[in-house]
Amino acid sequence: MSVSLRGRAAIAGIGQTEFSKESGRSELQLACEAAKAALDDAGLSPRDVDGLVTFTMDSSEEAEVARNLGIPRLTLFSRIPYGGGGACAVVHQAAMAVATGAAEVVVCWRAFNERSGMRFGGAAMAGATMLPPFLDMVGPYGLLTPASWVALQARRYMHEYGVTNEHFGRISVVDRKHAANNPAAWFHGRPITIEDHQASRWIVEPVLRLLDCCQESDGGVALVVTSTERARDLRHVPAVVLAAAQGCADDAELMTSYYRPEISGLPEMGIVAEQLWRQSGLRPADVQTAFLYDHFTPFVLVQLEELGFCKRGEAKDFATVERLSIGGELPINTSGGLLGEAYIHGMNGIAECVRQIRGTSCNQVDGVEHVLATAGTGCPTSGLILGRV
Amino acid sequence: MSYRLGPTTTPDTKFFWDGLKQGKILVQRCKGCARLRHPPRPMCPHCNSLLWDTIEASGRGTLHSFVLPRHPQWPWFEGTYVVALVDLEEGLRLVTNLVDVDPAEVTIGMPVEGRVEHFDDGVSLHQFRPRSPR
Ligand SMILES: [Zn+2]
Repeated sequence: MSVSLRGRAAIAGIGQTEFSKESGRSELQLACEAAKAALDDAGLSPRDVDGLVTFTMDSSEEAEVARNLGIPRLTLFSRIPYGGGGACAVVHQAAMAVATGAAEVVVCWRAFNERSGMRFGGAAMAGATMLPPFLDMVGPYGLLTPASWVALQARRYMHEYGVTNEHFGRISVVDRKHAANNPAAWFHGRPITIEDHQASRWIVEPVLRLLDCCQESDGGVALVVTSTERARDLRHVPAVVLAAAQGCADDAELMTSYYRPEISGLPEMGIVAEQLWRQSGLRPADVQTAFLYDHFTPFVLVQLEELGFCKRGEAKDFATVERLSIGGELPINTSGGLLGEAYIHGMNGIAECVRQIRGTSCNQVDGVEHVLATAGTGCPTSGLILGRV
Repeated sequence: MSYRLGPTTTPDTKFFWDGLKQGKILVQRCKGCARLRHPPRPMCPHCNSLLWDTIEASGRGTLHSFVLPRHPQWPWFEGTYVVALVDLEEGLRLVTNLVDVDPAEVTIGMPVEGRVEHFDDGVSLHQFRPRSPR
């Protein structure tokens, strides 16, 4: 017997806080605000919720979120590891729960004070006297930030395919162009040019400039997942989960998978891509717009290759500002992405995909039927195809 | 004074750091199938043996990738430093620093050679330098 997840569940509600550099409130409060906003958006009550899914890195306890919202009875609660790599996997988890009857209405969330509180960019490391064990093999040599972990791998990609930092800059220009038109984006009204990108300072030479690196943000985003059948009776056009998948490849580490024979690809995303196309029965040409996880620009190019939008090594020619911008063949990150809108570990990108399905984006793409979302790369990851069906 | 941020050793990695203290770059060799592995881990992914010994790596290799981290600046590094990914001639790869070299002269594929250096805070690390091809 073959059981498919295709079409069984849908995202029926999206909610978010403002995106800032200092929220001024607790991460638990941000989680509760985002969850309540998503339920209101769906037209559901906390009393309808019986499942909660978040990231292992999230600081808010399920029981606390349930107590604050007034959820009387939970039958599913689970967490996904690998930071932003879990963004689409929380929806995968919720959809599986809905499809099997483990839960009927699942709220997925991510909420943090990543700028005003614990920053991932390494600021906390300067006072460290000892490394956490996962950094033992790289930290003593000066690889202490996500930017530097990604850069050492991306440098090899540049070498093998003749890619330059200017190629990466096109992703920054696209994201900031889209963010400029999104009032919720931190960089609303502030587009950049490729010259601005090339003038920004090196973070890790010769791979990442400042404008290749995503923001650090405070905020929360929540998604409500329920059965497609139930979603059809709710407020909005359902964003039906046509495919959802996780992927971890051989010899993986958390953002330092340097020991494979080839390191110029993202094999985790290849594993995700193969499942997404098979489950959905779609091809890259069937997707009208996408959120491609953009913590650092180089891996957006590699994702285009792993997902099959272009061949290996050809993303530098495929990824033009025109093609990837609104009005182009494959507009990406239409809310501005993690570079332009906010860094909420990818959950804000999924919320934008839902808006594209509904037809309510600030940068609405014409004739959207299928939208692709990916999660954090360079680590075990996940992906999602949503449809208007 | 030259110092570095030291590791948190675990039972799986202790041999590696002890080896560096003795001036050796040690890598694991599976007693089941004789394959080498790095970074350290308890089980051989090829034959699942938990038994292993170590060999001392030659330190000779070629540069697979490198970067120059610029921001943020750390108390452990002054000015420009090169983080390198090296293919050892034993068929393994490791992250290290490339020192005593003009960063403008560094190219992927260049031959490099490593040896252990002992820093003033008691941390011992392998550091690599350009070498003449044999
Ligand atoms: Zn073995």
